Amino acid sequence: MKIRTARRISQLFFFSLFLFLVAVADLRYLKGYPASLFLELDPLVAVATALASHTLYKGMIWSLVLLIPSILLGRIFCNWICPYGILHHFIGWAFGKGRKPDAVRIEANRYRSLYQTKYVFLAALLVAAAFGSVQVGLLDPICLLYRSITTAILPTLNLLLPNSVYIRQAFHVGGWIIGLLLFLLVAMNVVIPRFFCRVICPLGAFLGSMATFSLWRIDRDPKKCVQCDACLKNCEGACDPHTHLRKSECFVCFNCLEDCPCDALSFRFMPSLAREMSTPSVPARRAVLGGLLGFSFFGFARTSGASDRNYNKNVIRPPGAVEEKEFLARCIKCDQCIRVCPTNVLQPALLTAGIEGIWTPILNNKLGYCELNCTLCGQVCPTGAIQRISIEEKTGVGQYAAQGPVRTGTAFYDHGRCLPWSMDTPCLVCQEVCPVSPKAIYSKEVTVTKRDGSKITLGQPYVDPSKCIGCGICEHECPVTDEPAIRVTAIGETRSRERRLLMDGGRSPRNS
Amino acid sequence: MSEPDSEAAITRREFLIRAGGAGALIAGSVLAGRALWTPEHYLPGFQQERGLHLPSYKIDDPKTLPTLAIAHGQTHEKTINAAIGALGGMERFIEKGDIVVIKPNVAFDRSAALGATTHPDALRAVARLVLAAGAAKILVADNPINSPAGCFLKSGLRAVADELNLSLLYPDSNSFAQIQMEGEILKNWAFFNEPFKHATKVIGLAPCKDHNLCHASMTMKNWYGLLGGRRNQFHQHIHSVVSDFPLMIQPTLVILDGMSVLMKNGPTGGRLSDVKPMGTVVAGTDMVAVDSYGFTNLLERNLDDLTYIHKAHERGLGNKNWKETLYREVQV
Repeated sequence: MKIRTARRISQLFFFSLFLFLVAVADLRYLKGYPASLFLELDPLVAVATALASHTLYKGMIWSLVLLIPSILLGRIFCNWICPYGILHHFIGWAFGKGRKPDAVRIEANRYRSLYQTKYVFLAALLVAAAFGSVQVGLLDPICLLYRSITTAILPTLNLLLPNSVYIRQAFHVGGWIIGLLLFLLVAMNVVIPRFFCRVICPLGAFLGSMATFSLWRIDRDPKKCVQCDACLKNCEGACDPHTHLRKSECFVCFNCLEDCPCDALSFRFMPSLAREMSTPSVPARRAVLGGLLGFSFFGFARTSGASDRNYNKNVIRPPGAVEEKEFLARCIKCDQCIRVCPTNVLQPALLTAGIEGIWTPILNNKLGYCELNCTLCGQVCPTGAIQRISIEEKTGVGQYAAQGPVRTGTAFYDHGRCLPWSMDTPCLVCQEVCPVSPKAIYSKEVTVTKRDGSKITLGQPYVDPSKCIGCGICEHECPVTDEPAIRVTAIGETRSRERRLLMDGGRSPRNS
Repeated sequence: MSEPDSEAAITRREFLIRAGGAGALIAGSVLAGRALWTPEHYLPGFQQERGLHLPSYKIDDPKTLPTLAIAHGQTHEKTINAAIGALGGMERFIEKGDIVVIKPNVAFDRSAALGATTHPDALRAVARLVLAAGAAKILVADNPINSPAGCFLKSGLRAVADELNLSLLYPDSNSFAQIQMEGEILKNWAFFNEPFKHATKVIGLAPCKDHNLCHASMTMKNWYGLLGGRRNQFHQHIHSVVSDFPLMIQPTLVILDGMSVLMKNGPTGGRLSDVKPMGTVVAGTDMVAVDSYGFTNLLERNLDDLTYIHKAHERGLGNKNWKETLYREVQV
């Protein structure tokens, strides 16, 4: 079997596996599948979250499985495993220069200094992470692809083929931005082949840097080489196989081996260092500028206050989410939690959680509510931004009864919009659906005189903040659907001491 | 460009660098991974809370000396001197070389005459006595509700600190540490710890004030200003919180400045007509006894209404029946 065929089989396999794992991230199918496999293999996610949170959470240790071969063999991930790279490869072949004359393709695959940009991005992302702001998910290919499929592709697919993906159509706030960005990046293959992989991809830049000491690489035999540049015809990485190989750029796609008419190229163990460029060719000053960008981003974003005292009431984090600054040190915006959420309550934030929190999950109770007996978001979170808590821990039962439940916020009434409070109309849907026992919503029976003089007895609802867990089902089910008469805001969340409402967290009677 | 020989193997040195570099990267990754790996989850917000315990700053008390002194007079200086003198002099409390924290109540950006803050004359008188007793250093610290710089400036306390070379500590974000106690409601809270890192003695110096929620702010309530964090939750359990303060801190001495008492619209006041001249200073080692006197004799109210005093008394944190304690009352 030709090596190129083997690679294509690998690409097909891993792309299918990725889609399969996206597909099974659903309560109906999840079983024990390792839904987070690709994210856990991602060494950039591991390094960034480790830098920021000083921990390597659970399955992130699997990243070594990808990192170690990459140190030895170079960026094999990019053209053998990466589903996003595979997508770009395919699109480039189908719509890009893949079908142009050889001369055009050869020119398109020469190295350009533009390709050093990804190292500048990488420096910025790693420095921001070192200060505690993980932004790799904006550009990391696995996070980016997972997020795009979750918030744009699957909902669109279900729109065209109803019930193919969801039982009920899912909606994602701002999904169009994520979807159009995906479209733009993929379409850029028409202009520059593998545009994202060559110019932007911080994971590729990271693996390229890690390939500095790689023991194997593509090597050109100058005695056999007739300098026809045919090796550039299908070169995916633009790594200059026709001269001094740029190890940090080579995707190890092996196209050059088979394209060479003279058999001058081979994949060899420790060929001469004189015929390679071992390290990325990014000027140190540019890399430093990238680092400064990362630091500045951190400083400017943090001092905007969104993760501190000026936090937004609508930044309601999923149950099990860690304290906000720690959350920003862990969340990679892959939006896998959003994919797996059975009620559609989880939504990608745009600027609600500040510039740092872009595309991180927040609860939108208009679209869904947090299911009491569900911790799926924490089950799939690869980095522990949402901890893998149990139902018992979430609901505060059994051995956790003394500390009480995890609270994500507190519900408040808007009396002017509430039917029993302002419109002499019985309702209490909120009380009916309140899932905790005893109910956080209680009512007082009152007899009121209506406009026509007749009397009516109805229940007016109240919230007991020591019982409310902020699940939002009251808001979700409120008949005043445009702006519900009861709304949950983030105050009272247990993950943060600074954001509690009650001094004792609702653990003791409130009358001393 | 001359082409290198395709057969030229890499040199031994290059080989070692290459293999060593790859090996070091792999070993480093594995070691870092092992060191940082956290295979277990945690429940955010429910971690075990730990904090520091404050030592007691009380002096070994000869049972023959009074524990409460009430002095009546015209000026802060003379009346405070008389009250401390009635207790046996500042030398009873302060030894040569002591580092002394004086905790005034500077909660609000108010001028001294409005009675909402510790009077600068009171701070001056106390600080002079402490310095005369041989203290090496005086630290003045409070975590005000209004902005700290403005409170210290406009209350006049900064001028006194400058005049007598006292160290004024602002509550910056590095000044706090969690404190741990088994209070009725206070268990673990952010505490203004910076002044206490080297302190050997602690003096509370509080004005006598009306308080909208808990009726009175005197020497017990004064310690509220040593806490940080979400203090706005304290009002949910205000009497429990205030009654926990004598458990949180055992000061060397507390002084209640009743020269001018804020009788209403407390704790902020705002009109001179809210203030009533009472010409009294109460000093003692038992803040519960001091506040009992203040509430009945200075604010002129019924002690039955002051829930926190009774809570503290019932828990053995002080004696609300000040007349049962060894006290002296003097007239300047």
